[in-house]
Amino acid sequence: MSDTSKQPEWSKPAAMAIPKGGFFADKVEQGRYGPIFPKTPASYGFTIIAKIIPGREPVFYEYARNLENAVAGQPDCLAVLKLHYLRWVLFPIKGEIYFMYQGIFDTDFDKYTEDAVALFSTLGLRTVFENLEGFPADWQTNAPAFVKFVREHQCPSFLEYGEYPFVSAEEIKKALRLKASFSNMLDHMQ
Amino acid sequence: MLDFDDIQYILLTRAPALNGRYIFLSFKRPAAGRAWLAAMLEKVHSVKAMRDAVAQDKRWVTVAFTWNGLRALGVDEASLATFPEEFRQGMVERAPMLGDTGTNHPDNWVDKTASPDLHAIAVLFTRDGDERMRATIEHEKLLAQCVGVDVLSTLDLEATPPFEYAHDHFGYRDRLSQPVIEGSCDAPPLGSGGTLKPGEFILGYEDESGPGPVLPQPDILSRNGSYMAYRRLAEHVGTFRDFLRANGQTPEEQELIAAKLMGRWRSGAPLVLAPQRDDAALGADPQRNNNFNYKEDDPHGYAVPLGSHIRRMNPRDTAANINRRRMIRRGATYGTYLPDGTPDDGTERGIAAFVICSSLIRQFEFAQNVWVNDKNFHELGNERDPIMGNQDGTLEFTFPTRPIRKKFTGLPAFTSVRGGAYFFLPGLGALRWLAALDNPN
Repeated sequence: MSDTSKQPEWSKPAAMAIPKGGFFADKVEQGRYGPIFPKTPASYGFTIIAKIIPGREPVFYEYARNLENAVAGQPDCLAVLKLHYLRWVLFPIKGEIYFMYQGIFDTDFDKYTEDAVALFSTLGLRTVFENLEGFPADWQTNAPAFVKFVREHQCPSFLEYGEYPFVSAEEIKKALRLKASFSNMLDHMQ
Repeated sequence: MLDFDDIQYILLTRAPALNGRYIFLSFKRPAAGRAWLAAMLEKVHSVKAMRDAVAQDKRWVTVAFTWNGLRALGVDEASLATFPEEFRQGMVERAPMLGDTGTNHPDNWVDKTASPDLHAIAVLFTRDGDERMRATIEHEKLLAQCVGVDVLSTLDLEATPPFEYAHDHFGYRDRLSQPVIEGSCDAPPLGSGGTLKPGEFILGYEDESGPGPVLPQPDILSRNGSYMAYRRLAEHVGTFRDFLRANGQTPEEQELIAAKLMGRWRSGAPLVLAPQRDDAALGADPQRNNNFNYKEDDPHGYAVPLGSHIRRMNPRDTAANINRRRMIRRGATYGTYLPDGTPDDGTERGIAAFVICSSLIRQFEFAQNVWVNDKNFHELGNERDPIMGNQDGTLEFTFPTRPIRKKFTGLPAFTSVRGGAYFFLPGLGALRWLAALDNPN
C-alpha cells in the first residue's frame, strides 16, 4: 500500500549548496570517463565555457539556425540526451568572445557520451564545437578526447535549485499527457 | 576482407564443446612467458583452421593477456601506453563503475583474477570430458618445462543437461542473440539487425561510425585483435527457485515470472511473440526467436518488462546507436547440475563468459554501467537487471499488467560476480610477435 501521508519529493522545492570543485568528497560516483557531478534538485547538467576561435562568431549564429531546423524537422532528434533545457550564450571578456553551453539533463552526460558524439555528427552540428579553441580535431572517433575537453571546460555550480526537485522530463510529459487524457475523458462525459 | 588466417577463432565461431577449462596464468619471468606462448602457438586455432577441421577436431584453444601480462611478456612501455585507459586500469580498478560492489566486490572474487599478477588466460574448449583431461595433462607437461609460469587458478566448464541445447543453470536457453559480422560468411538470422562492421569487434577494420579508432602500437600487435571482458557469475539456483515458488501459486505462474525476469520463456521463446504461454518450437527456431522489436510491438512492456534482462542487454529499436553497443558473447556453464526438486547443495555453479568487443568502454562498460546497473534505466527508478544486476535486497522488479502493474520488492540476488578481468585477444601474427620479443630478428 502506498503511504499517502508521505509528501512526495517533487512537491517540496529544494536547493543544494555544492562544494568548491563540484563534488561532495565523501560520495563521488565514478562514471566511465571519470567522476560524475552530483545530481541536484535541478537534476544533472553541465556548464561549459570556452573561448571561440577569433572571427568565428558568425558560425555560431548559423549553427543556431541549423539546430532550429533540425529540431523542427525531427522533434525527437535530441531525445537520446534526456534533456530538460539547453542554453547557448556568447559573451565578451576583454574583447575576446567566449561561448557558454549549459544543459539540464535527467542523466549524467557520462552515460551517453558516445551517443552525443554520434548525434552531433549525424545532425551536421559539428561546426559549433570545432570553432572552440582547443577542441580535439579527431573528436568524432575519439570520445575520450571529447570528454577531456568537456571536463576541462566545465564550470561546476556552487548552488542549484529546483521548484519541483528530481522530476524527470519524461515524468513531466507523462503528467501532461495524463492531464490531457483526463480533459478528453471529461469532454466525453458532457 | 577479414583475415581468417590471423583472427583467433573465438571471435567469429563457437566451438561445439560440452566441456572446457579456463587456466589463469602468471609469468614470473618474461622469457618463461614467451616460452609458454611459443609452445602454445601451434595449438591456437585461427578462424580458418577452426572452420576447416571442426568436424575432426576435439579441442580448441584461445590465449589472451591482461595489460600487466603484455608487460610481463616484454612489451615496452611506449607501446603499453597506447592501449586504452580502461584496459590499462583493468576490471578491478573499474569495479565501482561496473557495479562490482558489496558481495560482488573484487575482494570477494574466488579465482585470483583480481590479482595484479594475473597475466594470461588459456581458454580450452573440448568436445567431451576425456579430451579435456588429455589436453589438461598435455598442458601440465608444458608448464613443467616453463619454470616461471604459474597457474593462479583454473575453472572447469560443464554443459548442463539436457545437452541438446545450451542453457544456464536457471534453465534459460542461451546463445540466442549474437551479432553477425560483415564478411564473416555467416548469415544474420531474421530480426538480428543485419550484419555489423568488423571494426565493432576486431581492431584494424572499419566500424559503424567510420574508419575506426587509432590502434594500439605497433600495428602488428593490435591488428586482428580484440578485447575480452571475463565475467564469472555464480547462479544461486536455490534462491531463484525459491523466489519463483514464493511468488507463483502454480507452476504456470512460476514459469511466467521466470519469463518476465528474462523477457523470454525458459525455452527461449520471446515474450513479444509469445506473451501468454510458452512456445518451445518458437524458442528453438533461430529464424523466428529473434524476429521482434519493442518500439511498435511492445512499447510499454506489457509483454517484455522494461527492466527485464533481454530488454536491458539489447534494447533493439528503443536505444540510440544500438549498432555501436553490440557485443559478442562466448563462454559456458560451470559447476554441477542441480536437478529440479533438489535442495541447493551450496556448491558454486554458474556462467563463466567473455564479452568480446573492440571498445571496452563503449560496449561492455556501457552495458554494465547503464543497461545492467542504472537504477533509473527506462525511468524505472529503483531497479537493476533482475538476472545479473547488483542486487542488495533493496531493489524492485515491476512488470506492467492490466489494470495495474505487478511489483516485486526486495528482489534477491540471483547471481554474484566471483571473478573477472580484461584481456587483450591478439591475432595469431601478434602472438608470434609477442613470442619473439626477445629476438629482434
